[in-house]
Amino acid sequence: MGRFIVRRLASMVGVLFAISVLTFLIFQAIPNPAVRLAGRFPTPATIEHINQQWGFDKPIYVQYLKTMKLIFTGQVISYTQQINVVHELWTLLPVTASLAIGAGIIWLSMGILFGVLSAWRSGRWLDRGLTVLSMIGVSMPVFFLGAVMSYYLGDKWGILPAGDYVPIQQDPWQWFVHMLMPWFALSVLFIGVYSRVLRSTILDTVNDDYVRTAKAKGLTERQVMTRHVLRNSLIPIVALFGLDFAAVIGGGAILTETVFNLHGIGQYAAQSVAALDIPPVLVITLFGAFVVVLIGGVVDVLYAYLDPRIRL
Amino acid sequence: MSADGARGASTDGRLLEVQDLKVSFRTEDGVVQAVDGVTFGIDSGEVLAIVGESGSGKSVTAMTLMGLTRGPNTSFGGRALFQGKDLVGASEDELRKVRGAQIAMVFQDPMSSLDPVYRVGDQIVEQIRVHDKKISKAQALDRAAELMEKVGIPRAGDRLRSYPHEFSGGMRQRVMIAMALVNSPKLLLADEPTTALDVTIQAQILDELRTLREETGAAVILVTHDLGVVADIADRIVVMYAGRVVEHGTLDEIFYDPQHPYTWGLLGSIARVDRDRSQRLPAIPGMPPSLLRPPKGCHFRPRCPHAFERCTDVPELAARLPDAPAHLDRCWLEPEQKRKLRQVGDQIGLASRETVIS
Repeated sequence: MGRFIVRRLASMVGVLFAISVLTFLIFQAIPNPAVRLAGRFPTPATIEHINQQWGFDKPIYVQYLKTMKLIFTGQVISYTQQINVVHELWTLLPVTASLAIGAGIIWLSMGILFGVLSAWRSGRWLDRGLTVLSMIGVSMPVFFLGAVMSYYLGDKWGILPAGDYVPIQQDPWQWFVHMLMPWFALSVLFIGVYSRVLRSTILDTVNDDYVRTAKAKGLTERQVMTRHVLRNSLIPIVALFGLDFAAVIGGGAILTETVFNLHGIGQYAAQSVAALDIPPVLVITLFGAFVVVLIGGVVDVLYAYLDPRIRL
Repeated sequence: MSADGARGASTDGRLLEVQDLKVSFRTEDGVVQAVDGVTFGIDSGEVLAIVGESGSGKSVTAMTLMGLTRGPNTSFGGRALFQGKDLVGASEDELRKVRGAQIAMVFQDPMSSLDPVYRVGDQIVEQIRVHDKKISKAQALDRAAELMEKVGIPRAGDRLRSYPHEFSGGMRQRVMIAMALVNSPKLLLADEPTTALDVTIQAQILDELRTLREETGAAVILVTHDLGVVADIADRIVVMYAGRVVEHGTLDEIFYDPQHPYTWGLLGSIARVDRDRSQRLPAIPGMPPSLLRPPKGCHFRPRCPHAFERCTDVPELAARLPDAPAHLDRCWLEPEQKRKLRQVGDQIGLASRETVIS
């Protein structure tokens, strides 16, 4: 297991390097990047400064090193808005992390619960009902569901606040109440997917030979289900969860953040793209990729823990 | 004399007495009568082989004894008395106390019969602790290592910590056997335990089973289609065809004085090294019948070259030889006729239809 982790870390470093190179190459696709970066109506002095800082007049490997240095020392400036991009990212991260962690807990637990119930009563009414529900959940776009929720629950009936973010350190209860709707709006799709995947994996696993062995041992139905069937069926769910969770943290929940007016990383990325503001796009892309790779690494270790066959 | 009559006298005190066991599965196409009135018994220390081709109901019979065929689409008939208690009608709770404790089972495919995500030591420990709540984990691990040693796994203490995928097929089957024996069961059901293994490993596994039977005095029901294995280890043989027992006798009776044409066919189709091999290996022509719509009368009738009018009535499983009251078969032919008909060349076999007509 130790060797597995070391090798996984080494390959992660390789992947991260490759991603940083690919992301950096965006400048090679832009004609005259210094002018592009400088925003509207730049002075010649600004352009000169940018050229200096990013090394656009130097050979490509110097450019790469300078760019990475700027990013990792937190000195990337969005010239359009005159703000430090990395600082901005750190202030937005709690919003996105609140959304991702809360929603992740909800979709994982509900997905597992519905999947297990569905498999347990497969072919009966409960299963059919859950199947219909999950189909609705999967096909419901979050901008529609979010808008409906925020109109009825928020504006019309006033049950929950219709958006905005309250920092957790300021008022934990208000933070929780404000996050409830975004959490559920984001989770619905994933609950649908996870419960369907888990249902079918369980129904496959139930027919495996080792489950028959477990029954022949004299275990109770419940012990067979939890120790053997569920334990094996959760392996693909863990892999799915790692990818989805990383994507949401890395700025993938743009729609949810927009509908509920949460100033998170997704929204920042969307605004920057709309404004053709390149430095934030560069930093967020790199950040998102890093998060996916890091969480992917954690998931792989967890995966190896759950399934000894892949600890090679 | 009927089957029940023949066996009836010695019913008391038998370890397991299966009486007229019936198992049918409801499918989309209709009801499949997988096991159709199977009767046999077994004593402690005995090895009983159930032989037959795929789909003859031999595995279903064994799994039914463990309650593993129970399901919403299965219905049962008859009884299986284990130490006087019926397993077929037993509640799930009663059955669970017997499973893995007094009756244990070894399955056909060792590659997939162990849970891939747990260490083999833990899987054996689980088997111990289901039935013995008081034993500590350390004690149970010691017991697991002891059993693994006994079934011939080298460095058993270290290998407790290995996962199933780190074992070869033969070693996994040894683990399965160790797991089955860990609670000293009185009856071991082995469902084609050597089918998925190399011939050399097969012989070793059979050796293990033989030693264990001698040491523990457990009864073994061996389900197989391999007559070589049967000749090696069995005391008595039950031959099944299309859900029914067609012949039942001791090893010698079945091999040297077989009474049912299907048994002749089985014996005739064994490849033998001491025979001229320039000729094609004889096979029983045709296919086993569909159990959805089994043929009327004797199930073997459509494939039997010796069938006559009377075969449309189901022959009873009964002793038909005056000097062998425990040798039962389901064939209407007279013993005299049988002795002549089963002789194909210089060995026992099933004559081909053409030969019979000419």
